[in-house]
Amino acid sequence: MSEQRAVLNDQTFSIVDEAERARHLERIWAEPKGFIGWFKAVHHTTIGKRYMVTAFVFFLAAGLLAGVMRLQLAFPEAHIIGPDLYNQIFTMHGTVMMFLFAVPMMFEALSVYFVPLMVGTRNIAFPRLNAFSYYLFLFGGLMLFAFFFVNSGPDRGWFAYVPLSGPDYGPGKRADIWAQLITFTEVSALAVAVEVIVTVFKLRAPGMSLNRIPIFVWGQVVVSFMVIFAMPGVVVASTMLLLDRTAATQFYNPAVGGDVLLYQHLFWWFGHPEVYIIFLPGTAIVSTIVATFSRRHVFGYMALVLSLIATGFIAFGLWVHHMFATGIPQMSEAFFTAASMMIAIPAGTQIFCWLTTVVTGKPVLKTPMWWVLGFFFVFTIGGMTGIFVASVPVDLQVHDTYFVVAHFHYVLIGGAVFPLFGAFAYWFPKITGRMLSERIGMWSFWLFTIGFNITFFPMHILGLRGMPRRVYTYPADAGWTVLNQIQSAGYLFLFAGVSLFLWNVWQSLRHGEISSPNPWQAGGLEWATDSPPRPYNFLNLPTVNGGEALWDALPDQPVLTGLHEDVREIVTTRIHDAEPDGRDEMPEPTIWPFITAVVTTALFIGSIFRPIAVSIGAVPLAIALIGWFWPTREESERRKRRDIWQKS
Amino acid sequence: MAEELTRRRQVLDLSMLPNVTFATRSLTWWGTIGMMAIEGGVFALVIAAYFYLHSRSQDWPPGVLPPDLTWGTVNTVIFLLSVIPTEWYRRRARKGDLGAVRLGLILATFIGVANLAVRYLELRHLNCDWSQTAYGSAVWLLMGLHITHLLTDWVETVVLTVLFYSPHIEGKRFVDAEENASYWYFVVLTWLPIYLVLYWAPRWLRS
Amino acid sequence: MIFSAISPLFSGHQTPLSPVGPQARHIEHNLLLIFSITSIVYVIVIAALTYGVFRNRAREGFVPHTLVEDPEIDRKATLAVGAALGLTIILLLVMMISSFYTSHSTAVLAQAQAIKIDVYGHQWWWEVEYPIDEQPYRMVRTANEIHVPLGAVVTVHATSRDVIHSFWAPNIHGKKDLVPGYQNDLTLQVDEAGTWRGQCAEFCGLQHAHMAFDIVAQSREDFDRWYQQQLSPAPEPASSQEAHGREVFLTHACVMCHTIRGTTASATVGPDLTHLASRSMIAAGTLKNTRGNLAGWISNAQSIKPGVRMPPNPMPASDLNDLLAYLETLR
Repeated sequence: MSEQRAVLNDQTFSIVDEAERARHLERIWAEPKGFIGWFKAVHHTTIGKRYMVTAFVFFLAAGLLAGVMRLQLAFPEAHIIGPDLYNQIFTMHGTVMMFLFAVPMMFEALSVYFVPLMVGTRNIAFPRLNAFSYYLFLFGGLMLFAFFFVNSGPDRGWFAYVPLSGPDYGPGKRADIWAQLITFTEVSALAVAVEVIVTVFKLRAPGMSLNRIPIFVWGQVVVSFMVIFAMPGVVVASTMLLLDRTAATQFYNPAVGGDVLLYQHLFWWFGHPEVYIIFLPGTAIVSTIVATFSRRHVFGYMALVLSLIATGFIAFGLWVHHMFATGIPQMSEAFFTAASMMIAIPAGTQIFCWLTTVVTGKPVLKTPMWWVLGFFFVFTIGGMTGIFVASVPVDLQVHDTYFVVAHFHYVLIGGAVFPLFGAFAYWFPKITGRMLSERIGMWSFWLFTIGFNITFFPMHILGLRGMPRRVYTYPADAGWTVLNQIQSAGYLFLFAGVSLFLWNVWQSLRHGEISSPNPWQAGGLEWATDSPPRPYNFLNLPTVNGGEALWDALPDQPVLTGLHEDVREIVTTRIHDAEPDGRDEMPEPTIWPFITAVVTTALFIGSIFRPIAVSIGAVPLAIALIGWFWPTREESERRKRRDIWQKS
Repeated sequence: MAEELTRRRQVLDLSMLPNVTFATRSLTWWGTIGMMAIEGGVFALVIAAYFYLHSRSQDWPPGVLPPDLTWGTVNTVIFLLSVIPTEWYRRRARKGDLGAVRLGLILATFIGVANLAVRYLELRHLNCDWSQTAYGSAVWLLMGLHITHLLTDWVETVVLTVLFYSPHIEGKRFVDAEENASYWYFVVLTWLPIYLVLYWAPRWLRS
Repeated sequence: MIFSAISPLFSGHQTPLSPVGPQARHIEHNLLLIFSITSIVYVIVIAALTYGVFRNRAREGFVPHTLVEDPEIDRKATLAVGAALGLTIILLLVMMISSFYTSHSTAVLAQAQAIKIDVYGHQWWWEVEYPIDEQPYRMVRTANEIHVPLGAVVTVHATSRDVIHSFWAPNIHGKKDLVPGYQNDLTLQVDEAGTWRGQCAEFCGLQHAHMAFDIVAQSREDFDRWYQQQLSPAPEPASSQEAHGREVFLTHACVMCHTIRGTTASATVGPDLTHLASRSMIAAGTLKNTRGNLAGWISNAQSIKPGVRMPPNPMPASDLNDLLAYLETLR
């Protein structure tokens, strides 16, 4: 009895008591109400939803910017917008899509909302940090658009090469805004990465050994590690840029020992893993939807997990393939070509495993599955053109042309956006409690898919006809006009498809069919909660017996008991076998993450105008952090009474 | 309406599990490790940038002397010696020894002051200017990054010292004390390669 | 075979699929190899998926997984996936080796007697020099137009005077970046006479879209004639109109940026105009070199290439006419 371990028991419980427990847990875990309450939220589903909505709004904004670009490019030598505005718009389009939509949606939003549910716990690790990361993301995005609206938006491309973005050729604050946006979004992503890893390492339901972790969760864990090791690249690149521009450092000035390509190496050390950070969650979604809709455990679980890990590693060995034209030694060219082609092996493995799952299953063709089929059609084309650009000689022809624009839109939209729309259709019932309309869903799928191909397929041809990228116009006699016009027309279909999707969401929130907890009869733990989940997630914290928790559950699968339910207590488990290890307490709603985010924002924005702002801002930041962590008397007294120390 | 109002089920009873857990059994510990991985990555890349810039230049350091050895070495010695009291109070923290932790944190505060004071002297003897050469920029950036961590750790130590004299002491605060010791180890361990790079690499690379 | 069906899509003077030199030709072959392999693989994968989905699809809704899973089928599937993976690896190796071979082929042009050309990237024009080693003060200096003899090996030494640019003449070879602080070399050979267009392929600011150049491949005799002509200084004006035109040039802002060898104008901020009239395009490939276009460019370059470094030069029409008459003598 003095053993510090979990004990298997039989329990008699009454339905009435369970209902009372539910009401009680509801009170303990409730999110704060009211206007001020909004700023104190700490539950992962709340923050997750905020991430989703905010990231999607940024997606729409960046999509509208693309529409302006397509309008300008629809006519040769057009004067609809001038080069300065065009350069800001294409930079904003790329920057917003990559930093404010793709990573925050595919990684942060989806993992914050779903990972705790999928591993069977009540909240994500470090909930206050989670809230802080959201506010930072939001404020960074608002800063970017605020400056864009006063004609000070970044205009050097989403990767802002030096010297063009440096102090000599990038006047004004535009590149500083870009560099500081990076800081906001990178802190946000890094925070979530740490939270996800700790949640998956230490907060899994007992019984969820490593080989029973859902593939979706594996994907997000691999992505988290990639974020941790890749983001420092852009941190250093953008910090050196900011210092060169504001503090007269000379990192990138060849005249005094600096180096222009140093920026590219640092940036692409991050930049290549970044695209896999965006793509791997897409594969994680596909694995999930394919299993549910093919009505079987996904084929090749081990191969899929190893492919995720292999992709994560190899992704760090490819970055120089963005620099093939810069004059690198031939030995480097060979190595990076080999690595860039090699990464097709784990990708191919995944595709073959999914194909097998579908082909040996009994596929149900509903909207989520259609989006996954669309993923196969579209992403695979992008994967194929990836081999073109992995080959140095071919890349030296197509690099920086519309061919590459086609390639990355096929892999990014095919590999992330298609699965994302599938994920929305799949999980909308769980998040909102209502089903999306199948009919409108299919219309938006086809409009989007057709529109996507009309807009982006001709770009392969256009690039091979010599049109470089990032040009605000082109000559009438270049022979590029017709293709550009077809592409611009395609945009209208994309616009229609996305608009229909928004309409679907709007309508379904109001009048959609009410959803049961598990409308797709899926196997994941998230389907064991209400739709939408209660603020405590699971009435009874689960244990797990297989890779698809609900499909593999025993008739009498044990649930957890013995936690203090008058506080936000959860169980911690061991990494390798998810055996219960200890108990911990999740924090209650608090305003400190919001205050800290405001102070941090002031520090970040101030520092691009006056570097001294960093030193001055450090003081209120320290105060905010002390407020964040300082314990309350009530909490300390209570814990003193109940503490059980580990025997070690 | 004779319904079954009670049911039986299997449960896993967790009430015996400890809630004050250290190191790998503590969530905060993992969070700190995550932070170390991130910041360690930043340091590694700046050091890589330093050597990359070296590979692109003829003269290293270009036109200036390497940083004077004295104060950097003094600080390194202080850092290394500081491991002794740090490890002591870290282990006592795991046992809940309030007196030892208080003493350890006070010692850590004073050691931090010493490090910061010597660091100030180091800055005055770097023999380069961040605005004159890329070399100078790299030296000051490496220093600046480490100073940020040194300062942040010192402030955290001070706050924790105050906390340990408040009535809020219970198990979780001892876990925080262990975290503080771990963060200090990070500061010390990252300093060692930086010390070698800033002070010794230009001397070794010259020959 | 597939390609000959679509090749009319790719005829032209700025496309890698209409190669006029050995390097572009090697690259085109590699590209077509990769295209063939990848498109066949794609078709097979999609066909398998489509067939599998539609043959097996559930007409009765969500079937429980226990009725679907079969370890025997999974065993067979493992072999199939293994085979597919093996084939993938082989095909990847084929394409990789082909790429290495192509890289090697494009790099082996004999360089010993290569004609050396220095190219300096500027925002937003190409400075071109043909240095003569023995006579460093005598060289061909022009802008935005490179002449090469047919079949000759030419080495372009390229760097940038400001930001990163990229030298790309797709019919001839892949691109090479012009990076400040670096000297990058590109060796070329053109086998077909004509004018082949290149364009800057690294975003370099406001007028990146209007930074093109021409490579003119001509017979050895024509090249030599051009070369000698380019070496000579500007001719003296023959008529009084032309003389007045030169006067206008020398007394306006033009001399702040441009050189005309044979006059006192020797600034190097902008292109060398000594042989302006010999070039077919102006403003870095933006406009044909006609009197009307030149007039518009001189009067207000900003309206054609907003952001370009050349300021507007308003002047009375008669002055402009005389200036144009003079410039037309600069062949």
